Amino acid sequence: MTMQEDHKDCFVLEGKMALPNQNFAGRLGSRFLIAIRDRKKIMGLKCNPCGKTFVPPREYCEKCWTKIADNWVELGTEGELVNFTVVRYGDRHLPKKPPYILGQIRLDGADTPLVHIVEGIDPRDVESGIRVKAVFAEKTTNTIMDIDHFEPV
Amino acid sequence: MATKRVAICAVAQHKNDSDLWHKRFQGMLLDVLEELQAQAGFTFDEETGVNTIVSCSDDFFDARTISNNGVTDVLGAQYRGEEKMAQEGLNAVGYAQAVILSGYADLVLVMGHCKESQSESRRMISNMGFDPFYGRAVGLDNLNAAALQARAYMKKAGLTEEQLAGIVVRARQLAARNPYANAREIVEAGKVVASPQLCDPIRQLHAYPVSDGAVGMLLASEERAAEFTDKPVWIAGFANCMDSYFLGDRDLTANFALKQAAGRAYRKAGIADPRKELDLVEVMDAYAYQQPLWLEGLGLCGDGEGARFLDQGGQEKYRVNLSGGMLAGNPVIIAGLYRAAEAALQLKGEAGERQVPDLHRAVAHSTTGAAGQFHSVLILER
Ligand SMILES: [Zn+2]
Repeated sequence: MTMQEDHKDCFVLEGKMALPNQNFAGRLGSRFLIAIRDRKKIMGLKCNPCGKTFVPPREYCEKCWTKIADNWVELGTEGELVNFTVVRYGDRHLPKKPPYILGQIRLDGADTPLVHIVEGIDPRDVESGIRVKAVFAEKTTNTIMDIDHFEPV
Repeated sequence: MATKRVAICAVAQHKNDSDLWHKRFQGMLLDVLEELQAQAGFTFDEETGVNTIVSCSDDFFDARTISNNGVTDVLGAQYRGEEKMAQEGLNAVGYAQAVILSGYADLVLVMGHCKESQSESRRMISNMGFDPFYGRAVGLDNLNAAALQARAYMKKAGLTEEQLAGIVVRARQLAARNPYANAREIVEAGKVVASPQLCDPIRQLHAYPVSDGAVGMLLASEERAAEFTDKPVWIAGFANCMDSYFLGDRDLTANFALKQAAGRAYRKAGIADPRKELDLVEVMDAYAYQQPLWLEGLGLCGDGEGARFLDQGGQEKYRVNLSGGMLAGNPVIIAGLYRAAEAALQLKGEAGERQVPDLHRAVAHSTTGAAGQFHSVLILER
């Protein structure tokens, strides 16, 4: 399996998968994204028995199976950067040119941090624990990128 | 509890390489199949041969949907029963065990392949594993998700740059003795520490190299194992566990799913204390920080003690990743299947230069999903 082979007359075929498709945002996902897009509000769903508020939205609490689909609560548009990384490689799926900060932001009122981009601070200076606020996008896309990024308060 | 056992009779690995552009994955699988047949002498006869094949592949890396359908001829699966494991390949072993224990088949061939080099970027492929609205949109992929976990874990365990470098240096030294490993060149700790940040705190040399590989096994019922080997390796326990999909729902350093999977596998294997009852450990360490983190999850040291465990010689005591581990280069969807293959070879006494003595019981681990969403644990015995 390790012997040297002759590669004469060997070639590769270049390919590209481009598959236009649709994904329904979901009943709750649609409401969540519309609140961001049209009202600049970030909504969570709270499980009362667990006292835990989830974001992004989902119909059931994963811990206790309480249906939480109607128990919306408004979260803050500010929160704490609880964890981060600095993306230093360039790839076509990335929304920004490197280097940029990708962080986990625990919004005020939420228990589950949201992953988003942090700008307005040098990657060399960023640290966990700083307060950040949402900066909403001018051009909307019906994704979480309707929050353009977070930046230090 | 179990009155019947399932044996791994033969294993074959294709050498891992970073760019096998001149070899189709079908050709890699065929090499593995030929070697398995040469070792175990099985046939595809309808009455007495292999009639059930469990494959494992990643559709996005193959750039083909239902990617198993394109390789059935080189699995021996044409005209026979075939199913594909969409999770990491260690689960194909667990599935094959269930197939045999159920009485559905007494021989199962497990065959996995992946050529990471076929993609422009394996990170781009892993981005497609995230939901389109909240995860894909912000550019999450397996590397930057792991980097978030790495930062949280380094803080919790006090894991240092020097310790991370030590893990990589050791992996390469061990891989140099493994003819199937990809990255076999010795590296100095200083070079690891000085390698560029890829996604802080993960440096270039903390990450496993882009890898192409294929690996296969023949599994048999206890009644038939002796037909194919005089050194069967027995499956003593297998279990897996899934954690939450969204990163924010999880404590990235808590090893929730791995602890569950390990606990279930240990119970099945009758292991009361893994620290006293395991002789060899193969964990799927895609990034250096994961090795001590997963060792915590397997219960070989306490929560947050992974860094100290390294300093106390835990890797040598439990013979961790003598193959070089995933850090030495295995493709993502079958890196756990390679772990099982290496553990089985050690138990058989057929691990060549990397062979260690006095082995009775080994554990092989695998994970899929960003930052260890899903974990699988396989216990093997001689
Ligand atoms: Zn609940």
